[in-house]
Amino acid sequence: MDTLRQIRLIWKPIVFLLCLLPAALVLTDGLEITGRLGANPIEEIQDRFGNWALRFILITLTVTPLRRLTAWNWLIRYRRMFGLFTFFYGLMHFLTWLFLDQGLLLSAIAEDLIERPFITIGFAAFLLLIAMAVTSTNNMRRRLGRRWQKLHYSAYAVGLLGVWHYWWQVKKDITEPLVYAVILAALLAIRIWWRLRRRR
Amino acid sequence: MLIKKPADIRPSEITSKDNYLNRRDFIRAGSIAGAATMAGPALGAIVPDARREKIGDIGTSIFSSDEAPNDYEDVVTYNNYYEFGTGKQDPYENAQEFRSRPWSITVDGEAAKTGTYHFEDFIKPFDLEERIYRMRCVEAWSMVIPWVGISLADVIKHLQPTSKARYVAFETLHDPSQMPGQRRRSLAWPYREGLTIAEATNPLAIFAVGIYGEVLPNQNGAPIRLIVPWKYGFKGIKSIVRMSFVEKRPQTSWNMAAPNEYGFFANVNPEVNHPRWSQARERRIGSGLFASKQPTLMFNGYGEQVAHLYDGIDLRRNF
Repeated sequence: MDTLRQIRLIWKPIVFLLCLLPAALVLTDGLEITGRLGANPIEEIQDRFGNWALRFILITLTVTPLRRLTAWNWLIRYRRMFGLFTFFYGLMHFLTWLFLDQGLLLSAIAEDLIERPFITIGFAAFLLLIAMAVTSTNNMRRRLGRRWQKLHYSAYAVGLLGVWHYWWQVKKDITEPLVYAVILAALLAIRIWWRLRRRR
Repeated sequence: MLIKKPADIRPSEITSKDNYLNRRDFIRAGSIAGAATMAGPALGAIVPDARREKIGDIGTSIFSSDEAPNDYEDVVTYNNYYEFGTGKQDPYENAQEFRSRPWSITVDGEAAKTGTYHFEDFIKPFDLEERIYRMRCVEAWSMVIPWVGISLADVIKHLQPTSKARYVAFETLHDPSQMPGQRRRSLAWPYREGLTIAEATNPLAIFAVGIYGEVLPNQNGAPIRLIVPWKYGFKGIKSIVRMSFVEKRPQTSWNMAAPNEYGFFANVNPEVNHPRWSQARERRIGSGLFASKQPTLMFNGYGEQVAHLYDGIDLRRNF
């Protein structure tokens, strides 16, 4: 079997299942098979999905620099999958908020979106994720041409908005959002550094 | 000061038919018990020093809520106690080895009976009561908790504050070797809280020393903590080591950390939102995955007892 077929038939399904694991754990913890969701399950579910959306945007943004540093070119084969998992966890986070947290109460949802800046920016990040998810197919990529690349630069914006959303939401202890912010800053800095060097 | 009591007669207060028919037996038994008490020394508040031990001689209170209390499990595994970490499971995980005995409490400032008391002596002169209270966290979740405690008004009366005492300030133990959260500056340690004298002597305010008829668990603020149910939970300072009667408004920890988000009064108020989230509704812990949030009540539903404390005060500005 050649490498490409090996990736497609063996490694990609394995990575796909690993990426689904956090979602599966929410389900099995909810049913108290593998663990528990604690006293406030809605908050726990929402936090886990939100955290995994942030982790996946950082994983997605790690692909290109890591590939350049290591010359592991096969990494690029997984980037779209990671991007789509960012969307998936962002969607689950959004749906948890919409259905379980707000209980589809329209007035509260509108108030949250308008008056709570941390929710506004989280929602903005989610809209960008939708735009990238629906244009993620090979066909759309071809049709959009150069505009596709421009649109998908939004991944950086999603990272920034996502970390900002988390930072603003915590009551006092910013340790965790700070960890995400530092990783994101490093991923953006390395790109800026490469770009500046190329110009010279 | 006029002390208002709930207007409605709760079902539990109505004498059952059986009790009514046996009232003469009841009165006779009562007078025997009374004689026995008079003969021996006064019992007072005694709290055992062992985990999950039952506390004896707990009275009931007209201020208790009729709502079903949360599961014990929820109350002891989900709360904020930054001395043991900022996650809501951290107190449960990190407070188990905490030494809440021996314990002493220092009373200082504008009062006659200042000094340092052993915890046991400090609570002894007072009567233990169960108070089933709603607890509303500033983070928009709530619980119903059956506290066991002593009336703060009784304690204050006993300590004889002078006319200069306008506020009562409280402090939590500062011991980073036992409280891992204090090794970081997540808040300015020690944790500080305060009340006006009028608030502190309101009959709703208690020092809790137990829950569910048992010794107060470490993670819930053992051995002694404040409960002021019409205010957000963070006012309920835990593991108290100092109580000071002061003339000027004391500094309070969350107000010091973010003055635009947490005020001195911190009364539960659905009309004044936290700058970053709504306070109009709350999630009742234990209500299940598909239950909707419930409306938050002004003063957490204790307006009848406490609203008069704030007559003429703009609660929007003094949040």
